Amino acid sequence: MTPILEVRDVKKYFPSGSSRLLQRPTGQVKAVDGVSLSLQEGKTLGVVGESGCGKSTLARILTRLIEPSSGSILLEGEDVTRLSGSDLRQMRRDIQIIFQDPYSSLNPRHSVGEIIATPLRIQKTVTKSEQAGRVKELMHLVGLNPEHFNRYPHEFSGGQRQRVGIARSLALNPKVIVADEPVSALDVSIQSQILNLMQDLQTKLQVAFVFIAHDLSVVRHIADDVAVMYLGKIVELGPAHTVYAHPTHPYTKALMSAVPVANPVSGRKIGRIVLTGDVPSPIDPPSGCRFRTRCWKAQDICASNEPELLDRGDGRVSACHFPELEA
Amino acid sequence: MFIFIARRLLFALALLFAVSAFTYVIFAALPSDPAALTCGKNCRPEVIAVNRVRLGYDKPIVVQYGQYLKGIFKGRSYGASEGVHCPAPSLGYSFRKHQCVTDLITRSLPVTASVALGAFVLWMLIGVGLGTMAALKRGRWPDRLATGFSVVGISLPTFFVGLLAIMVFVIWTGFLPFPRYEGITSNPAKWFMSLVLPWFTLAIVSASSYVRLTRNGILEVMNEEFVRLGLAKGLHRRTLIVKYVMRAALLPIVTIAGLDFAALLGGAVITESVFNLPGMGKLSIMAVNDSDLPILVATTLVAAVFIVIANAFVDILYGFLDPRVRSY
Amino acid sequence: MTNTTPLLSVRDLRVSFKTDDGIVKAVDGVSFDVANGQTMGIVGESGSGKSVMVSAIMRLNFGTDVIVSGQILLNGVDLLALPESEMRQVRGRDIAMIFQDPLSALNPFYTVGYQIAEAYLVHHPKTSKAQVEAIVLNALDKVGISDGRKRIKSYPHEFSGGMRQRIVIAMALINKPKLLIADEPTTALDVTVQAQILELIDSLREENNSAVMLITHDLGVVAETIQQVMVMYAGRTAEYAAVQDLFDTPSHPYTQGLLRAVRSFDQSTRGSLVSISGTPPSLINLPEGCAFRPRCSQEMGPQSACATQRPELRTIGASQSACHLSADEVSRVQREVFSK
Repeated sequence: MTPILEVRDVKKYFPSGSSRLLQRPTGQVKAVDGVSLSLQEGKTLGVVGESGCGKSTLARILTRLIEPSSGSILLEGEDVTRLSGSDLRQMRRDIQIIFQDPYSSLNPRHSVGEIIATPLRIQKTVTKSEQAGRVKELMHLVGLNPEHFNRYPHEFSGGQRQRVGIARSLALNPKVIVADEPVSALDVSIQSQILNLMQDLQTKLQVAFVFIAHDLSVVRHIADDVAVMYLGKIVELGPAHTVYAHPTHPYTKALMSAVPVANPVSGRKIGRIVLTGDVPSPIDPPSGCRFRTRCWKAQDICASNEPELLDRGDGRVSACHFPELEA
Repeated sequence: MFIFIARRLLFALALLFAVSAFTYVIFAALPSDPAALTCGKNCRPEVIAVNRVRLGYDKPIVVQYGQYLKGIFKGRSYGASEGVHCPAPSLGYSFRKHQCVTDLITRSLPVTASVALGAFVLWMLIGVGLGTMAALKRGRWPDRLATGFSVVGISLPTFFVGLLAIMVFVIWTGFLPFPRYEGITSNPAKWFMSLVLPWFTLAIVSASSYVRLTRNGILEVMNEEFVRLGLAKGLHRRTLIVKYVMRAALLPIVTIAGLDFAALLGGAVITESVFNLPGMGKLSIMAVNDSDLPILVATTLVAAVFIVIANAFVDILYGFLDPRVRSY
Repeated sequence: MTNTTPLLSVRDLRVSFKTDDGIVKAVDGVSFDVANGQTMGIVGESGSGKSVMVSAIMRLNFGTDVIVSGQILLNGVDLLALPESEMRQVRGRDIAMIFQDPLSALNPFYTVGYQIAEAYLVHHPKTSKAQVEAIVLNALDKVGISDGRKRIKSYPHEFSGGMRQRIVIAMALINKPKLLIADEPTTALDVTVQAQILELIDSLREENNSAVMLITHDLGVVAETIQQVMVMYAGRTAEYAAVQDLFDTPSHPYTQGLLRAVRSFDQSTRGSLVSISGTPPSLINLPEGCAFRPRCSQEMGPQSACATQRPELRTIGASQSACHLSADEVSRVQREVFSK
């Protein structure tokens, strides 16, 4: 079946550096360097990676808050990459975004009712008289008291504000919601509340999520499929439970093993992989495989040939010359 | 670092050209006829027409501007036949005063500079000093006093403070003689005395904003993590305040101060008028009243030039003071 | 608890802030011990008071709006009673601190070498320049920063997050303090870098035989590196136990809730995640009785002790827990939910 969202070889290069005297950009930050994904209706795709991997840039490209340098985005099979004007505005009804920081993503001068109603007002999908009703409906849907629509963001806790953000993203009945680290800024006990809410909403409304996070345990729980990004490229992609249980790419493996487990016995891993060094700069990524500078398996071929995403069985693909396949 | 400075200077140069062109064009676009102003009240139209040609006012603006620029670099002749020659840098000729504008400016500038410099030193000392005290003793009476002073200072218009100062210090108490400007070279003591009141007037008005700026800047920096870390290292509070807090807080203040000072060099119009000081401000006011266009063009240009230079200077200074900026 | 005198002994510590809305009781009577060379974890979410508490230990809160009471005994000396001049000696030499965000923790206007040297010179003022430089280079080497000679001339903004944290660690350990307080040292870092930093802290701790107090909200980090755990809620201690006991048989309902929430993440089945209902309380008007009661699924009703009496720490099973539930009730829940 046609995926509800498809991304084909999307790239985003930012100009960077500056020639000495005249400030002309000399290089490029290859923030996203050829990413292809697909998302099925009502499913969740998790995108994980550390800082600088390009996942936040990708989130903004999907919603066309940033324009891709090349590549295409297809929504329900239609190419939406180059839309503008009223077509673009139409498209925005179908794909919405939830931001990471519940403290800065809500306008402190607007009441939460106004915030949630803003998409409705802009898109004019419901009449003015119906707006109030819809706002209350949405607030109820996300677990907020509809009577509080007149309150201001600062009167709510972090978790509640994030619910407001979610309500806002649902206002237009989008088919896809891109959630950019939606629970990272929240306490653990609240994170689970919000994640439960998102799962419920997905079941009820059949909305598809692109869930971006750096926290592997969060993604593991909510994602059907997961994509692991490193320095602008996808290094591994596949069904969540398979990737988590049997990662094939060394980076994925290292990432999994680095996450501290809340169990003192098994937590103290003897075989933990600790990567050396820091993430290289996206302006000048290593030749061939980008991960090779930190990979314990790197060989000559890794420097000369960039690995492609190859099928590893069980629906997984990963880009490595020496993948970690189980014996 | 060198590249950083070179880039700033290059940009400043380009900006200077743009500023001079812009200034000239604005004045050229004014509805009044510059030729008509060249020969006094009872001017006959024929004379005006002749003057217009002679002074180049009939030529297109671009050419006029070109000639103006040439005058700055090479000097220029004005008026009939031999007429008057103003040596380079010639900023024009005032037909009202029958003098080269450059001479007028070279006479006024030192006065303004004296006022500006003295006031600057004074307002920085008062402003930053009081602001620091207010921040360190936050919530207590020195803070309230300093903040109160700053509110009063900001609210009072300059002329009011000036006139009040004259009333109190000259007329009522006879403490100071009536301010009358004397060049520093002729009589240093008198020069000083004549400037004391204008300095204080300007200082009180300007210091007020700096009290606020400094206080807020310091309070903000005190909350920064690196100050807390400094404390956690065992640093003495005094060291912390000077090396950590002030260093960070004064940075933006220094840059603003530089620009404020430059603005003042264009002429502290009100203060100079109140205290009858023959500076750039007074010159500009008189030119406005006389509709003396050449002087106005020149004083505007000079003021703008100061700001451009100050901007570049401040930018470069910032590069020295803040390592984070140097990568540009 | 150990037999010898503990290195750090905190008794009934209270820290309150005067604000326009009222008095905020950020830390409301906390007591614990830290032994020499021990690793202690302070766990809590936002508003638990953990950061305020460790700041109070080093007396970093200055200002007229802060009220501190209680006792903080470092090797028997009450830090709260010390004059500022002596407290300055303690800071950076006997107790050192690592902060959460390494970018804002370093002074952007001075070179890294200068700042590390400063940490040493504050307590050893008569050292020669050459000696200081050698010490600084050694410190950088110990934290795994290569090319030290070049690096000491660089500014903080020229380093990555992980490197900066290493610099902060180098600064903290340069005087070989007996106690290192790490306030969420890895929260702002990527997970792969986090692993490196935790390992580094641990190896240096062993080398110097320092005690470490690690503040975190991440139970995974606690499980990895900590020996003794204190869970804080609303400025009070909820539970205090050895790490294995805390994870195997948590006694306090809040700890139980946290563990269940975190554990449910680790399961791959797509059921609902366990969460703790409600939100952390306001610290200005704490209700009477137990602070956790509004969110507690096991609370005993509006007439019970839970509503009227603030629970004190008492021994329940293997932990100290501030809860009114009986030991039997607690072990029942433990068996049901946490049995292996």
